[in-house]
This record gives sequence, structure tokens and C-alpha cells, in this order.
Amino acid sequence: MLELALFSLLNGLVFGMLLFMLSSGLTLIFGMMGVLNFAHASFYMLGAYFAYTLGASVDFWPALLLAPLLVGGLGALVERFGLRRVHRFGHVAELIFTFGVAILVEEVVQLVWGRPAKSYEAPAVLDFALFRLADNAFPAYKGFMLLVAVGIFLFLFGVFTRTRAGLIIQASLTHPGMVAMLGHNVPRVFMVVFGVGSALAGLAGVIAGPVLGTFPGMAQVLGSIVFVVVVIGGLGSLTGAFIASLAIGVIQTSAVALDLSLGTTAASLGLPVDGGGALQDLWRVTIAQVAPMLPYLLLVLVLIVRPTGLFGTRET
Amino acid sequence: MSAPAPATTRHVEVAATASWTHRLRRLGVWLAAGALLLALPHVVRNPVAVPVMNQMGIAVVFALSYNMLLGQGGMLSFGHAVYFGLGGFIAAHVLNLAGPGGLYLPVPVLPLVGGLGGLLFAALFGSFSTRRAGTVFAMISLGVGELIAASSLIFDGFFGGEEGVTTNRTRAPLLLGLEFTTDRQVYYLIAGWALVAAALMYSFSRTPVGRMANAVRDNAERAEFVGYSARWVRFVSFCAAGFFAGVAGGLFAINYEILTAENLGLNASGAVLLMTYIGGIGYFVGPILGAVVFTFLQSMLSDYTGIWLLYLGIMFLATVLFVPAGLAGLIAMHLPAWRAGRLRTLAAPYALTALVALVTAAGVIGLLELVHFVVSTSPSRTTMRLFWMTVPARTLAPWLGFAAAAAAGALGVRWAAPRAAAAFAAASRPPGAP
Repeated sequence: MLELALFSLLNGLVFGMLLFMLSSGLTLIFGMMGVLNFAHASFYMLGAYFAYTLGASVDFWPALLLAPLLVGGLGALVERFGLRRVHRFGHVAELIFTFGVAILVEEVVQLVWGRPAKSYEAPAVLDFALFRLADNAFPAYKGFMLLVAVGIFLFLFGVFTRTRAGLIIQASLTHPGMVAMLGHNVPRVFMVVFGVGSALAGLAGVIAGPVLGTFPGMAQVLGSIVFVVVVIGGLGSLTGAFIASLAIGVIQTSAVALDLSLGTTAASLGLPVDGGGALQDLWRVTIAQVAPMLPYLLLVLVLIVRPTGLFGTRET
Repeated sequence: MSAPAPATTRHVEVAATASWTHRLRRLGVWLAAGALLLALPHVVRNPVAVPVMNQMGIAVVFALSYNMLLGQGGMLSFGHAVYFGLGGFIAAHVLNLAGPGGLYLPVPVLPLVGGLGGLLFAALFGSFSTRRAGTVFAMISLGVGELIAASSLIFDGFFGGEEGVTTNRTRAPLLLGLEFTTDRQVYYLIAGWALVAAALMYSFSRTPVGRMANAVRDNAERAEFVGYSARWVRFVSFCAAGFFAGVAGGLFAINYEILTAENLGLNASGAVLLMTYIGGIGYFVGPILGAVVFTFLQSMLSDYTGIWLLYLGIMFLATVLFVPAGLAGLIAMHLPAWRAGRLRTLAAPYALTALVALVTAAGVIGLLELVHFVVSTSPSRTTMRLFWMTVPARTLAPWLGFAAAAAAGALGVRWAAPRAAAAFAAASRPPGAP
């Protein structure tokens, strides 16, 4: 039992770190521009598809580098020629613009790569079991995912706290006017952050594609969860995004493994269960079935109790 | 998102103290709309048109209810289909209870049941989600939307699982002998309800609470200082929007006799945002225009091409980028020129711009359709029908041709658009101004 718990904790950690790669960029972009980027998960999807196509012609390893670069460039272009233009129409227009980009990317992906899922596979080098825990094999590829995610986390942390660029970015988050006065090109800082955030999302797509599947709906599946993470963690807060990513990752992966329902729990406690009526589904539902709902339940609860999120300092 | 709304949404109508002539003219507009709705099925002879018009009527009510939130209340919702869908599901269940020996509930009253269902859930979810506007509201609406969408896969008893809930409108008792067996009979029901709902929603926007919704949208803090609870004002708008979304859902249940989980999912919520925004959120008629155009394109384009959603997406992005005030805003923009009698001076520069824009669009559409053809058909098929021509899709020539058209058109737009803008500026100058 303990080993099983450890195993699902490990899986949760992998998923959580993946979420962090997406949410870190999203929360930074929000912190700077005050707009939630609906297209963020679309860049994640593009990363997976680019890597799939590049992987067929070059190899997985060059694609691991090239695909995020391409996605980052695309993100910078979207910021420069789309978002910056819409900016003067207000925040609602910006949000709606990114929503439109998300729709467009999904349709373009369907146009170019088709509707069925692509068989984007992990490289053969990493196709072995790293270790076994309670008869469950932990694939080496998941270890690799964890490694990349931790590397990105350390890289981001280092850039933010140890370099001049990080200093300027942090200052632009809170005092864009002052930073501009000091002679920095703030719109360009925004563009670079948007591009780097998109590239990180793309990288997440490259490494998650083989595990979570590469299909046109993959952006929508993860997109809402990433939103949940960013909002729960507190908009604009990297620490919050990190903690919320891990929490959501662990909660979701462990809930899937639990086969308890209200009915069986009540029965094991010796309570009488009325199995009929319109509410019969309520007794039947297992925690595993409710697992996809949990993040949203958490989102609504956190927003009711603490609208700034766990580590956020502002609401909008 | 507490920043002031963009200028286009801050459009404030003339005060409610309109003169008699104003009121008569307004009444005339509603009467004309009613007459148009009555005449439409007799004017449009195409048999396919009636189902499309039914769909439009439902979409109009839904989009108008959405604009009570976004346009008039400044609340961006990503889960408005929840109230549409839940209202529809409740209406479908109630319709199943009606019939011989069951509940006495004639079909024309059913949208009211859907509306009450929408109202109930709007009051429930609105009680906590309208505490704040802006991003917090948007995120809660997204969370509630995802929660309901996820629970629709779990609670089969209410949502009917994958096949959804089916119903039969002909089993309900008759009111005044009115039968609803054909699409045309349902058309009159939908048109009547759409007219009544639109009139009610318009009236709501003229009531004090409707006015306060605008005030809270523009500056919640000042509204609070005047003595209104911003939260209460938002809550009332939210409930009213939920009610009318439920009415639209009830009409949907009557028209299609089936509801599935898709009707309350994220995609349905996105579609209503799209159509409302394309129509123009700053004007009452905006969502009506948007719903009609969106539904028309949806039913027309899907007949001609498999990638119609892509075109809709492009259109949506172009609207956000170039016409943020929407179709209604585009029309309203030209009122000064029309009053000054200078609309005719715009014809030539506009026609020129439209022509080059059409060339660009033809080039882009051609390229996209070529990609779609090459990707989605087997390599043995080499020719496709495109723009009334037979095109050898797997040779270089058509690709070059369409790319050239797109590029030439784009250059043309760059040349013609500033001229059209200058003509517009000249035409909209008030008479007497230098």
C-alpha cells in the first residue's frame, strides 16, 4: 500500500512539474500584461506537433531544442502583431483575442495534421523501466520528463534571482513605467517574456506529447487545468504556480487511483444507503470518476474564499 | 480587469426621458420586427431556410442574454451555456412528464419552464460568482462551466449519458388547438418567443437596475458611492441573463427534441461569446446581428467546406483586431455620414477596398482548401472543385496562383484601405466643420 502511494505520488510529481512548465509562463505573462492567455495551452499543443513532424525528419533530440524555439518565435509574433494591437481596446478585447487564437490554432492543427491522434513516440533510448515499485514499472521517459522540468525550474529560478535580465523582468511586473524611464524597452521585455513563456509551453508539449497523447484536443484538455493552477496559486506569482502545480498534479493522479464511492464508504461505516431515486448516481460515483472535477471544485472554492489565490497580491 | 471598459462598450443611450415621437418610433421598430418575423417564412421559399431560421431565433435569444452579462454588465463569462443547457434539460424532462394523464403543460409555455430552470441555477451559482467582476468572475464562470460539463458525464439520470435526453413535443397537451408538428409551426413559436424575450431584455436595459448594470460595469467604485451594491446589481443582471439563456434552452428542447452534454459544454459557451462579439457588444442589436450572421455562416459554410470552423475563427480574430465594435459598431460608425447625406461619396473607395479584400480572401481560401484537400484525401485523387473550377491540386500551378492572388490582394488592401479610411473621415465630419 505504501509503495503504491509512493508510486502515485511520483506520478503526481511528474504531472505537477509538467503543469509548472506551462503555468510558469502563463503566470508571468499575466503578471506583466494583466491578461490571461487562453492560447497558452495552444503553444503547448504546437510544441508537441512540431516535435512530431521534426522528429520524423531529424530526430527527437534536435526536435527537443528546435520545436520550442519555433513555438517561442511564433509566440513573440503573436504578441508583437496581435496582442499589442488589441491592447488599446482593453483587457476584455485582449482576453477574447487570445481565445480566438486558441480556436484558430486548434483548427489549423486539424487542417495540417488531421483529426486523429498522432503516434508521437518517446525515443527508443528511453524506452525501458527505470525501476519497479510494487509491480509497477516507472518508465525512464517519465524520469527524463522530471529531469527536464526540474532543470527548467532551476533555470527560471536562477534567471529570476541571479541575473540582470531577471531583475528587469521583475521590475517590469510591478513598475513598468519606472523601468521605461530608466531606458529599457518595456514592450520588448513583454514580447520576450511572451516568447519565452510560449517556448516553455512548447517544450512542455514536446516532452508531454508521447505520454499524454498528441491530438487536436490536447490543448483544451490541459488548458483549463493550467488556468486552475495559475488562479489557485495566485495570478502573477511564480511560487504560487509552483506549489499549486504540484498540489493539483498529486491530487489528480492519486484521485484517479481511488475507487471509493459515497455508497461503499457509507456501507463500510455501517450506515444505511438508499440506493434508489433521482440521486442514485450520487451514491454510485467513485472518487476516480470525480477526479477530473476536483481541480475546478478547488478553483471555485479558492476564488470564493480568497479571490487573490494562495500567493497572489492582486485580483486582476 | 478593473480598467475602464473600451470606449466602444461605454456607449450610453439617450436618457429614458424620451419624447413621444421617440417612443412612437421605438414602438414602430418593434412592430416592424414583428411584421418581418411573420412575413419571413412566406418570403423565403427555400425549404431548408425554416430550420435555419429556427436555429437563428434560438441563437438570438441566447446571444442577447449573454450580452446582458458581457456588454451591459461588463462580466466576461466562459460558462454561459450552463444556464442554456440546464434550462433545456429541465424543459425536456418536464415535457416528458407532460402528456395524456400527466402534467397539463402546453408546448408554448415550456420555454418559461426552461427560463425558470436557468434562473434557479443562475441564482445558485451567481450567489458566489458575482461578488467580483473581472478575472475572478471569468475564472469562476470557467470553473462552474467545467464542473457542470464534467458532472454531465457522471449523472446519467439527469443528463442521459452519451445519448442525451430525448423528448417529443407532439405528446404535450394542446393550447387553443395549436399544434407543433412541422418546422414552420415551431418557427412561429420561436419567433414569438424571440420577439417577446428581446423586448423584455431591451426593457430590462432601460430599468434602473439595467442602468446601474452599466454604471457598475464602467466604475463599480463610484456606483457603490452612489449607494448601490455592485454585487447585488451584478447578481440581478446575472439572474436575468440566466433566465433568458434558459428560455433559449427551452426553445432548443422544443425545436430539436434532444439535449446532450454538448449543449452545456465549453464549446457552446465559446460559440455564444463568438457570435455576441462578432455582432458587437456595445449595442443592443449587436448580438442579434451576430447570432443571425454566425448561424447563417455555420449552416452555409458547413455545406461547402470541411474547414468552416477555421474560417469562423479567422473571421472572429479579424473582428477583434480590426472591428472591435463588431458589426453593429461598423454600422453605427456610419450614422454621422448618413445624416450628413454623404454616404454616396464612400461607395467608390469602399467598393475598391472590398474588391481587393475579396481577392486576398479568395487567395487565402484557395490555399487553405488546397492544404485541406492534400492532407485529407488519398493521393490517388488529383483534382478538386474550387471556386467553380477543376483544380489539379497536386501540381505547383494552383498553389502559386492562389499565393499570388493573396499577396497581390494584400498589397491592394494596403493601398486602398487608407484611402477608404480617409474618405470615411471626410464624410463623417460634421457639416460646417473645416
